[in-house]
Amino acid sequence: MDIKHVEGRNAGKLMLYAISTCPWCRKTKALLNELGVEYSYIDVDLVPEEEEDKITREVERWNDRLSFPTLVIDDEEVIIGFQEERIRQVLKGKKQ
Amino acid sequence: MTEISREKIQEYYHKLLTEAEKAGYHLNPDLDLTLELVKSLLANEERYGYQSCPCRWASGLREEDLDIICPCDYRDADLAEYGRCYCALYVSANATKENLSRPIPERRPSKEERKKKTEKEISHPSSLSLPVWRCQVCGYLCARKEPPDVCPICKASKDRFERFF
Ligand code: SF4
Repeated sequence: MDIKHVEGRNAGKLMLYAISTCPWCRKTKALLNELGVEYSYIDVDLVPEEEEDKITREVERWNDRLSFPTLVIDDEEVIIGFQEERIRQVLKGKKQ
Repeated sequence: MTEISREKIQEYYHKLLTEAEKAGYHLNPDLDLTLELVKSLLANEERYGYQSCPCRWASGLREEDLDIICPCDYRDADLAEYGRCYCALYVSANATKENLSRPIPERRPSKEERKKKTEKEISHPSSLSLPVWRCQVCGYLCARKEPPDVCPICKASKDRFERFF
């Protein structure tokens, strides 16, 4: 699967599910870049057809509405939509 | 995403703006965001053959994505409840900063729920002499054998109509 990694400081395991045409997903990536944290992301609309089911199930585990951006933190917390303040808050509390 | 020229984006933005204002809708005054969304609509048109919502995961099959072809079936309800559509391309006249700075929940039903709705639509016992069709984008109703090719009010295509009675 076409998961991209962005290097940065370790603030826990960050996985972002996004849509390539969605400005709110882009804002989320820009915020993570600005915060300088390490994260992975996947633009789900660009995955090959045969992987769509798999990625759908993966996102639905965290967000049954299958909406984007969906940011999963440390496999336990999920932030749906570009909630700038909340992302800043949660990541501030994570290990440096 | 395919590259789309600035002129094309500007041109389409002005077209949408004129149409919106004429019909009592408003585009988001945040021009950077709005132009980005307009570009995405054009990109999706190239990619899928229809202007699927930029912020949602399209299936690539028109009949499965009819409800999220922009303007989507959920725009008016979201404008009424949250002062903006899901992507915030359309905003209401009295939208506040609050409305625009926080995400709103996804109103589109899940795939299963959507399937159930279509199945329900198929059985429609009625004592009316003609069926009544409803435009799912703007709510326009008409009683005739078939829905019009395009909605006379909002210009949505024939396949955006549902049988109402
Ligand atoms: S009206 Fe808004 S939410 Fe609906 S498809 Fe268009 S941009 Fe997306």
